[in-house]
Amino acid sequence: MNGALPSAQRAAWCFVAPALLAIGVFFFLPVAAALVMSLTDFDIYALADLRNLRFVGLRNYAELLQTPLFWRALGNTFYFVIVGVPLSIAASLGAALLLDARVTWLKGLFRTAYFAPVVTSLVAVAVIWRYILHTRYGMLNYALSWFGIDPLDWLGDPHWSMPAIILFAVWKNFGYNMIILLAGLQSIPRDLYEAADIDGAGGWAQFRFVTWPMLGPTLLMVSILSMSGYFQLFAEPYVMTQGGPVQSTVSVLYFMYEQGFKWWNLGVASAVAFVLFAIMFAITLLQLRVARGIDA
Amino acid sequence: MKKIVLNLLLVLAGLLAVFPLVWMVAVSLMQPGEASAFPPPLLPALASLDNYRALFAAAGIGRYVVNSLLLSTAATVLSLLFNVTAGYAFAKLRFAGRERIFRTLLGALVIPAQVAMLPLFLLLKQLHLVNTYAAVLVPALASVFGIFLVRQYALTIPDALLEAARMDGAGEWRIFRSIVLPLLTPILVTLAIFTFLGTWNDFMWPLIVLTDQELYTLPVALASLSREHVQDSELMMAGAVLTIVPVLLLFLGLQRYYIQGLLVGSVKG
Repeated sequence: MNGALPSAQRAAWCFVAPALLAIGVFFFLPVAAALVMSLTDFDIYALADLRNLRFVGLRNYAELLQTPLFWRALGNTFYFVIVGVPLSIAASLGAALLLDARVTWLKGLFRTAYFAPVVTSLVAVAVIWRYILHTRYGMLNYALSWFGIDPLDWLGDPHWSMPAIILFAVWKNFGYNMIILLAGLQSIPRDLYEAADIDGAGGWAQFRFVTWPMLGPTLLMVSILSMSGYFQLFAEPYVMTQGGPVQSTVSVLYFMYEQGFKWWNLGVASAVAFVLFAIMFAITLLQLRVARGIDA
Repeated sequence: MKKIVLNLLLVLAGLLAVFPLVWMVAVSLMQPGEASAFPPPLLPALASLDNYRALFAAAGIGRYVVNSLLLSTAATVLSLLFNVTAGYAFAKLRFAGRERIFRTLLGALVIPAQVAMLPLFLLLKQLHLVNTYAAVLVPALASVFGIFLVRQYALTIPDALLEAARMDGAGEWRIFRSIVLPLLTPILVTLAIFTFLGTWNDFMWPLIVLTDQELYTLPVALASLSREHVQDSELMMAGAVLTIVPVLLLFLGLQRYYIQGLLVGSVKG
């Protein structure tokens, strides 16, 4: 590495410097600043005049733990992640298996159809889903009425608002993991299935003993990526419910946004961001640990 | 039998996936109030473009379409400028600390972007950039994902090719322009479509840094309109069509490149 000529080194630095500078100034620097800010009482007065800024240690974090709405937001976000991620991966896996099956037709067309919601703007499809979920005129309640189910107030009833948002998120996102899982399925050597066939293994046994273990690493990766995506829930409640009804869809990021950019409590909001980061980090490590445990 | 069931499931799932999008187009062509009926109508009784006319004339949505187009294009160009040279250098050029810097960048992927948003807002405020196009573009300049994407692809360029050019006395910049860039074309398309779609669809950051309605991007404008026009489903559907269809068409045209990027990007884990 250091054997390179000084002139070659200089050229190389010219190639990387602009990008490193941009990432340094507009990402690493703000992240470090956020950590410092989370230890101050940065609020609207400090925004007007920095002399009003005081260092408060861990007070923001301590106060967060005593804020009922923060706990509510945390609970709602966990609800969204714990129910939404497995559902989303199950839908992705189901779709990938269908596209990988030997007997299905028009795979390219359906792959595109399944993937289409992924590239749409979240705000725009949230607008569509608000009407699909409409209590009186919504398509979903109409479809449910065929099965004799009474209309549900999807976005107006605190018990149904989060399930509605989960349903929407699964629809929007399942195509993404489907592509990754499909690539994983296609990389499983066909002779493994042929060997299983010869051993007389049926469809389910083949899935259980060939597909599932061979797909393990891909599933782990998909679940880590999805978790970190789902923890960042924001636009869905912002557009569909504004955090309501009765705060049943306030997510951690929604809480952070309101604290930071509505009330200008930037110190508190930074603390919220770091709590979210810490949780996501811990859960990723936990998933890796568990996965290693299964392997061993 | 199994064949029929699987194909039926395939079709059913496909219908569920595209129904909201197709229905969106149908409702956008209906008369005001027509969609507020039970059972919900599937097709307009009399298709008309009135909602689109109203969006352009009364809500001035043309302005937001232009904003979104401008910003997404600018972000794409900037991202190509910054990420491609860096990704190539991390793959093929030697400099002190290369591996360590690259690992640090990858490590940074675990930090959610929102952590940086609050101080970044303050920084831009200091620079008097809040409420400008520049503020929207700043996070798009360089990205770890973009650098990683280009690097993985550039690794496949044979070293012998570059060495031969160096023997012939070509400078690094010349080699990059005339040998490397043409070889990287497919991944450039991938990076371009990712950046364009990402910027077009981005919501939280433009929502934060743009306060002046004149500068709103389509998603921000649509979110604000939909809060005002809760009852006008036909009008809002037309707005959704304008926001979704351009990028959906772009994706359909360049699907192959997009999927490739998605798969490379996911390997990083």
